Amino acid sequence: MWELVRANQRRAATLVVVMAALLLAVGYAVGEAVAGTGTAGLFIAFLVWVVLSLVSYYSGDQIFLSLAGAHRISKQDNPVLWDVVEEMCIAAGIAAMPTIYVIDDAAPNAFATGRDAQHASVAVTAGLLETLSRDELQGVIAHELGHVANRDVLYMMMVGVMLGAIVLLADLGTRVMFYGGGRRRTSSRDGGQAQAIILIVAIVLMILAPLLAQLVYFAVSRRREYLADACSALYTRYPEGLASALEKISHSTVALHAASRATAPLYIVNPLGASAKGLADITSTHPPTSERIRILRSMAGGAGYGQYDEAFRKVTGKAVGVVPAAARQAAEHARVAAPKAPDTRQRLERVRHTTDMLWRLNQYAFIACACGTTLKVPPAYVGHELACPHCGAMHRVQPAEVKSA
Amino acid sequence: MIFGLVLLALIVIVVLWVMSIYNGLVGARNEVKNAWSQIDVQLKRRHDLIPNLMETVKGYMGHERGTLEAVTKARQQAIDLSNASAEDRAKAENALSQTLRSLFAVAEAYPDLKANQNFLALQEELTSTENKISFARQYYNDAVLRLNNRIQMFPSNIVAGMYNFQMEKFFEVEAAEDRAVPQVKF
Repeated sequence: MWELVRANQRRAATLVVVMAALLLAVGYAVGEAVAGTGTAGLFIAFLVWVVLSLVSYYSGDQIFLSLAGAHRISKQDNPVLWDVVEEMCIAAGIAAMPTIYVIDDAAPNAFATGRDAQHASVAVTAGLLETLSRDELQGVIAHELGHVANRDVLYMMMVGVMLGAIVLLADLGTRVMFYGGGRRRTSSRDGGQAQAIILIVAIVLMILAPLLAQLVYFAVSRRREYLADACSALYTRYPEGLASALEKISHSTVALHAASRATAPLYIVNPLGASAKGLADITSTHPPTSERIRILRSMAGGAGYGQYDEAFRKVTGKAVGVVPAAARQAAEHARVAAPKAPDTRQRLERVRHTTDMLWRLNQYAFIACACGTTLKVPPAYVGHELACPHCGAMHRVQPAEVKSA
Repeated sequence: MIFGLVLLALIVIVVLWVMSIYNGLVGARNEVKNAWSQIDVQLKRRHDLIPNLMETVKGYMGHERGTLEAVTKARQQAIDLSNASAEDRAKAENALSQTLRSLFAVAEAYPDLKANQNFLALQEELTSTENKISFARQYYNDAVLRLNNRIQMFPSNIVAGMYNFQMEKFFEVEAAEDRAVPQVKF
């Protein structure tokens, strides 16, 4: 797991540097165009970035959680959810239990937030708890903890903040330029040509930078989703769990009330309604769910990073995989384990339903006992009384009695 | 002069490189030790939960003497072997898992026991503990794989050889039942 984090860090750092350079360039351009002093613009850009970063770093969690309308639960409130999260923390090697929240919404979805593994929070909707079986829930929680372990939340927060700062500054610059005219100190500079070029570059940057930054943000977000899927398969050793969970979530037609464009990237499936789910375009924060399901299901009996990468390349047809090479080495191949909680409840009910039909077809009599057992009496039974095999209570039998459904 | 500086720079780089590899190896080894103790924690937790389960179940399943005794004996055996070798421990713990499974299978036939809140909570606890034991084993194996990879793969095997890092063994699945898909019988 740590291999994946380390391998990503270099990539992440490069991206952060690029975004920061873009931010500072925009700041300089705005400063130059508006007030003639690029350095003042730089300084202001930096200041805006620092303030936004600090705010989101320290209180980002609380803001997101209160936006979503979540309430914290303890072990007594929901022991199954607590146990599932604890199990996944053990499998992922996360020492401290994250705080667990439940959102009172019928739409199934989940998200994770928190700047590092020590300060993480996981939130799950009530709809999710109702629709998913234990194995599917485990797959979803493993995906969220994968985000936490890969420090995705911190990363996305930083990139998001930079994006916000870029958009802010570009917006400010455009506004001031077109409505305020701006002051230009032509006397202290040589060559009006250079001035004009800088101005043009500034305008281009102000228009393009927000768009570029957005595209980068979305590309990063999508990639991180794939990585979290790979982590989920590795931790649970059961990719089918997450695959069927994603299926159930994407088939649900209820839109999540609490989500907005700002918090959308943190959820497991894009919560912003049906139109956003199937699109494979570059403005989506999540890869299309059907693709994610197909990748998980074509992992050919394996659950390791290498196998996920192979499946990814096969399904999307891309030449380059998603998991960095160093991480792949650490957990290349892993065998799929049998499901921990096979859905015996449903199977039992199905079997019971089928056999009940058979008894009825053969004209057996059904007698309900107070202890919860149903006695099935064959039509050839000659006797007037029957004892329940479990509690021993006596029941009268009418020979011609046939209970119809 | 320049040559001296370049040489110094090279030496510093090599030292830093060796340092980071050594630290990585130490980290991996500690992760393995930590993972092993995690397994211990979960196993002990299971031992502590069982007396509670016995109390709850005895009232309803009093005449299932054989099953109850089997569980108690298996638990005692597992506790006695807590300090034995890994193989013996694994065998004892697997035996305990099996007796617990048969206990829960027998409990299926008692509807009022199944409706008892205490029993349901204990069943969830024990199921979760079984899962935690298997995930802890999985994490231990993953940690061992990471350490062994570092010890054997190219740049770090030099440093590993220098400081004498030992490879660790995996915690194998003993019982064939653990690999089989569970069957629901009527």
